[in-house]
Amino acid sequence: MGLRAYLLLAAAVFAIGLFGVTTRRNAVGILLGIELMLNAVNINFVAFARYNASVAGMVFALFTIAITVAEIAVGLAIVIAIFRVRKTVDADHLDLLKG
Amino acid sequence: MTLEAAGFWGLAAVLLASSLAVVLTRNLFHSVLYLAVALIATGGVFLVLDAAFLFGVQLLLYAGGVVTIVVFAIMLTERLVGERIRQTSRSLVPGAGVAVAVLGGVCAFLRRASLPAERPPFPGTQTAALGEALVTRYVLSFELLAVLFVAALLGALYFARTDD
Repeated sequence: MGLRAYLLLAAAVFAIGLFGVTTRRNAVGILLGIELMLNAVNINFVAFARYNASVAGMVFALFTIAITVAEIAVGLAIVIAIFRVRKTVDADHLDLLKG
Repeated sequence: MTLEAAGFWGLAAVLLASSLAVVLTRNLFHSVLYLAVALIATGGVFLVLDAAFLFGVQLLLYAGGVVTIVVFAIMLTERLVGERIRQTSRSLVPGAGVAVAVLGGVCAFLRRASLPAERPPFPGTQTAALGEALVTRYVLSFELLAVLFVAALLGALYFARTDD
């Protein structure tokens, strides 16, 4: 089992997440895609840490997990705030910043 | 086939299948449940990589915390049963094109890169080394993380509060 297999798996999950982010209409669905992408990055961090016998990658993965949780909490709070004002979470209708 | 390889390929199959289900299923609530499966499978991959502590963190924070928050957000913004929870996707072909292009680019790079095929033995246990690194070399970032959590908590409360 080489490092390559882990990196390929992470790349595939990242691509799937990217597909979700670009195609989903619902804002919560887009956030789920972002979760998948960040998760794929964590696999890379832990795999590199293990194959280099270094702990730095694991520390970084731990920080990424924690920051992702903070990000999803703030992101969903924004989604709820938008829903309260606009009565929709459809990303196609959220174009307030469009000139 | 070693135990590690069997575990890896099994988890990889579950992870890829559930990730695809997250982005393709039409019911948003089912999407979140598939995300929980994908996150637990990722935790399993951590376990295969001897990172038992990260497996625990993954289960507690991601599969336990994030999934719960997302379910609550869906309950607040959609009806759990009925028409509105059905979500449609747009521009499937360009999206798939971008995703396949990124995957192809990374694969082309990985094929040329020289990567280690064997794991070096890890001195001591990984959890002990991780704990020591967190309170010595990375202690400042560790403490800053606590500040970030307070800021995120206050920010989330600020955004989600009602006006009265």
